[in-house]
Amino acid sequence: MSTTTYQEGQVVHKPTLIDGHSVDIPILKILQQDGTTYEGADLPDIDQALATKVYKTLAFHRVLDERMVAAQRQGRISFYMAALGEEATSVGGAAALKAQDMIMAQYREQGALMFRGFTLEQFMNQMFSNEKDLGKGRQMPIHYGSNELNYMTISSPLGTQIPQAAGYAYGQKLQGIDAVTICYFGEGAASEGDFHAGLNMAAVHEAPVIFFCRNNGYAISTPSQEQYKGNGIASRGVGYGIKTLRIDGNDILAVMKAVQWARTYALAEKAPVIIEAMSYRLGAHSTSDDPSGYRTREEEEKWQANDPILRMKNWMLLQNWWDEEQEKALFERLREDVLAAVKVAEKVAKPELRELVTDVYDQVPAHLEAQYQALKAHIMQHPEAYPVTSGRLK
Amino acid sequence: MAQMNLLQAINNALDIAMAEDERTLCFGEDVGFFGGVFRATSGLQEKYGKARCFNTPLTEQGIIGFANGLAAQGSRPIAEIQFADYIFPAFDQIVNESAKFRYRSGNEFNVGKLTIRTPYGGGIAGGLYHSQSPEAYFTHTPGLKIVVPRNPYQAKGLLLAAIRDDNPVIFFEPKRLYRASIGEVPEEDYQLPIGKADIVQTGNDITLLAWGAQMEIMEKAAALADAQGISCEVIDLRSLLPWDIETVANSVAKTGRLVISHEAPITGGFAGEIAATVQKECFLNLESPIERVCGLDTPYPLAQEKEYVADHLKVFAAIQRAVNF
Repeated sequence: MSTTTYQEGQVVHKPTLIDGHSVDIPILKILQQDGTTYEGADLPDIDQALATKVYKTLAFHRVLDERMVAAQRQGRISFYMAALGEEATSVGGAAALKAQDMIMAQYREQGALMFRGFTLEQFMNQMFSNEKDLGKGRQMPIHYGSNELNYMTISSPLGTQIPQAAGYAYGQKLQGIDAVTICYFGEGAASEGDFHAGLNMAAVHEAPVIFFCRNNGYAISTPSQEQYKGNGIASRGVGYGIKTLRIDGNDILAVMKAVQWARTYALAEKAPVIIEAMSYRLGAHSTSDDPSGYRTREEEEKWQANDPILRMKNWMLLQNWWDEEQEKALFERLREDVLAAVKVAEKVAKPELRELVTDVYDQVPAHLEAQYQALKAHIMQHPEAYPVTSGRLK
Repeated sequence: MAQMNLLQAINNALDIAMAEDERTLCFGEDVGFFGGVFRATSGLQEKYGKARCFNTPLTEQGIIGFANGLAAQGSRPIAEIQFADYIFPAFDQIVNESAKFRYRSGNEFNVGKLTIRTPYGGGIAGGLYHSQSPEAYFTHTPGLKIVVPRNPYQAKGLLLAAIRDDNPVIFFEPKRLYRASIGEVPEEDYQLPIGKADIVQTGNDITLLAWGAQMEIMEKAAALADAQGISCEVIDLRSLLPWDIETVANSVAKTGRLVISHEAPITGGFAGEIAATVQKECFLNLESPIERVCGLDTPYPLAQEKEYVADHLKVFAAIQRAVNF
């Protein structure tokens, strides 16, 4: 049952080499920094209501990141990861999808969750690992997840979501439902074995998954030229037999156009798509590193001029869908809301001791129950040493 | 009742599972048309179609990653890793993903419908890379269940329980017994409990504990002991995670002696865990040190396999040491 698995090329009689750079990969750009669109640009489906929602989400994202980085510096939360400069990739992606589509993110895509309606309080409860956190206070800040919003809980190991997204989408296809999966990752995670495994599985098994690579130039301190040698990540898509697009990741309209197209294609053709969004991580990797140690101020300034949020704002102003007064009022309100929410969330109690042992299995097995009872008895003997949980033990 | 070998019993369980739920899928390397290198999935693609029983590319991490995604989505994936020796590329997907999916999400998501089947163990002249028993790597991972059957009847009942269990289960199949072990197996649907040991033979002088293919060795050693007037209680642990402390401790409280045997190397093997628990539970009942009869701390050999393995003579020697202590 052997079938042709390669395209026969020209027959040559001496070594004739090709490389990934022989493929000319176009880059989709729709919106210019001044808010005008390129001539002849094919705009995504977007009206004033959607555009306003997208813009407000971008603003919320910017403010939340800014405030929570500050909150981490004040010692109020342990850790944070901002997405400064890359907000269009996650917000634009979610805005191009339907609510029933699964989002499997890496960790810098809180914008997609914001667009879906995860509330400020829910973000705060997760970051403060309090008892109202959907994740029951088990993961470090920014590891969000919501079944209701079809946003898979974040896992720290890099790239593990890539083959999972292939499987998730394959399940959607078998069920015959109007839903796809989008899978986000960075250019650094694309060096993991799971990237290769996931793309190959998705291609071979024809899963309706959109792989979305945020190529932001850095994996913590490692620049992309020390991460890979090929023509970006997009060149690999061609090798896996996956339809491939490269876009300007700071162009919200290009992101939306690409993801809208990819969703339609993946569903109709029952096949994966890979999108490489070229962007730049303007902030640190996380609150645990300082980029001034590994890159220049000039480089950062060049990218600051490409701010995706300002670009969308300029477009909104030109459409007469937004004005400076609204802008000022929105940012002021967001800053106040975030500060108020911090003050509420940090006072909410931590999860009860019992949550230490639930959800390891569907039910607490006997050996774990015995360990729990022994721990509880110990804490009750030394309540002062375990103040977070001892007060509520009976 | 029908006569089945262990492979036929597994194939029969998979057939029942696929027939009852159209969202049950079987996949892995060569699993489709070929029916797997050992033929455990024979005929399933023909019966249930290529969408539900299929070959995958050669990527263990891809197979388990894909299976995790399917399970999270609500499908019931039964993923095959062709040899347990090759499960390690999938280690991260199993240990960091399958096992922690429910916990890390606060039960927003889970992969409880996942079952991983994989042939393990020696005795087939497989050398280093077709003989390993890697169960102890996984017993150290909360969130997983680990099950090992000893014969066709056990294999069918335990596999159906594993597939229907709402937690990720690794089902280690003793490949030496695939065709060698034949027995009566009911043709209808039945399940055996996960987390419960099975007392194969009752006795008073010493408890012999093992699982999977090693049970045959224990029964042979028990017969040698019986000829010397030593009465052995033989227990098949069946589930390693969670494991049935109560049945084992009750037995040792009665006999006062324990021999544990597994194919894997002794250091860091699961026998150590059992010994530590039993000495705590049964300290005042013990008449002799707990004996462990296991593989040597070497990679699994080829030419010297016979010398390496924990055979019935080594187990019998341990019984004698315990009884004469």
